[in-house]
Amino acid sequence: MIRSLRWKGAAFTVPFQLGFVFLYLLPIGYAVYQSLFVEQQSGLGLGGSTEEFAGLDNYREGLTDSAFMGAVLRVVLFACVQIPVMLLISLVLALLLDAVTSRAASRFRVVLLVPYMIPGVVAAVVWVNLYSPDVGPLTPLGDAFGFDWNFFAPSMVWPAIGNLLTWHGIGYNMVIIYAALQGVPRELFEAARLDGASERRIALSIKIPYVRGALVLTGMLSIIQMLQIFNEPALFRNVTPQTVDGNFTPIMIIYNQAFNAGDYHYAATLSVLLALILGVASFLFYRLTSREAD
Amino acid sequence: MTLTENRAQQPPTDSRSVRRLTHPDPAARTRGGQRFLLIGLVLASVYSLFPVWWLIVAATKDRTGLYQSNGLWFSGWHLWDNLHQLFTYEDGIFLRWTANSFLYAGVGSLGGTLIALATGYGLARFQFPGRNLVFACVVGSFLIPIALLTLPLYLLFSEIGLVDTPWAMLIPCLINPFSVYLAKVYTEATVPFELLEAARIDGAGELRIFFSIVLRMMTTGGATVFLLAFVNTWNAFFLPLTVLRGEENWTLNLGLYNWSGKRLESGVDLTSLVLTGALLSIVPMAIMMVAMRRYWRTGVTLGALK
Repeated sequence: MIRSLRWKGAAFTVPFQLGFVFLYLLPIGYAVYQSLFVEQQSGLGLGGSTEEFAGLDNYREGLTDSAFMGAVLRVVLFACVQIPVMLLISLVLALLLDAVTSRAASRFRVVLLVPYMIPGVVAAVVWVNLYSPDVGPLTPLGDAFGFDWNFFAPSMVWPAIGNLLTWHGIGYNMVIIYAALQGVPRELFEAARLDGASERRIALSIKIPYVRGALVLTGMLSIIQMLQIFNEPALFRNVTPQTVDGNFTPIMIIYNQAFNAGDYHYAATLSVLLALILGVASFLFYRLTSREAD
Repeated sequence: MTLTENRAQQPPTDSRSVRRLTHPDPAARTRGGQRFLLIGLVLASVYSLFPVWWLIVAATKDRTGLYQSNGLWFSGWHLWDNLHQLFTYEDGIFLRWTANSFLYAGVGSLGGTLIALATGYGLARFQFPGRNLVFACVVGSFLIPIALLTLPLYLLFSEIGLVDTPWAMLIPCLINPFSVYLAKVYTEATVPFELLEAARIDGAGELRIFFSIVLRMMTTGGATVFLLAFVNTWNAFFLPLTVLRGEENWTLNLGLYNWSGKRLESGVDLTSLVLTGALLSIVPMAIMMVAMRRYWRTGVTLGALK
């Protein structure tokens, strides 16, 4: 390629590069820089405060902070239950769509995607009210069947949030898996049928292995999102602060450290730690799923 | 626009349904099996739709109806009263939030899409030093948690006095790595090298080629990128919560969040307003998604190929 043309091509990417430096690299660098300092109150705290270099002290504190590590563990455990359940339902629905006539499939696909069209915060507002013992229809419904459930009780909050996330996510994941299913060569099914395979056998032995890639991808995206969960617990905290405390999820802790405790240094440290945990989790998930494929 | 919309109406499933006719599934042929499958799908549909149904019903009720009648069926028709209340509460602050949401999502995504298309084109059709590095930054940034960016961004913005202004929402929307990624994929699929060569031989400048040829060829891709960015910004919560303080700059999401906490905070029960407002905030999303169904579908599946 001609030299001048190369630079003209590069010029198209300059606005993005500048923005990326200002909005991504600079903030990350600033966060890392801040995480290395602590605020020291001088004297009785009357003389203002000074910043002091603290090395990795903040990280040491973060890694032994039981509230933060507890929140990470809580979210990881929750992810280990909610994500497989959601993906399983999405997979079953995609297989069902694939098995009915294409006219029925396109109709159901639109209907099942309705929750995905609803903004996450609005979905949480709706479900928080559905769960509410005052206005929600679920409490009287439970009464009618003899269940005495209270969705805002400590033991029910995670199932309640899990149901909300599952409701919101199955449509999107179903569409991705369904798209992957459409890519399976139809001749394979014909051949399997001629060999006497049942529909269930075809689904288990041909279709599911074929959509593995899509499942890994949606699983990965879900894990990345789950470690950063904030909106839904924040909405729950709005109505039931006694069950959902400010240390419920890692991002809630970071937000509280920054804006309620005013400790930006520690908040920055925790967000760098969360980024590292996210990187490690993604890497492990990737290695685990790609090794199985061999 | 009408032309593209007409095209969007065509079911993209054509080729597939033809294939289905020639190779019908045996399960689809047997009535009983088909009915069994349909029951599963109907149950899933009920699960997907009943919260929306409840929301619609709740928006038509007054306070007594909301608290005392059966949630899944109507009781009186108070939708207009609720809307009136919603739009006049605190001098129509809800309208202000709606306008803000449209401003941030509309203008931010438009600028972001233009930058993303230029970047995607540059990455896909030119060789230059550092190209791989730029692309690595794009892909790598998918893994960065929002908190890691948002908190320092808040501090930087407050240094230069941007916190609590619309710019604090608009500027971050301009740089969207996922949009760049999509734009690159779309360029590779739709803009042939030969065409660019031909335009250059005809003496067209690079800027002119981009604005009058490439952008036109990328209408579908650009629309998908814009739509996804719009939805993302409309749904954003953590960024506006962090960088917007005064309620005159809030988005719909922030406003609804604040209202739903009012009851415990100050004893004012705004549940009825929250539900009517929630219903209204879904409407623009639903209209956009339906109108741009085809673009959106390609976007979703492209995301899957990542």
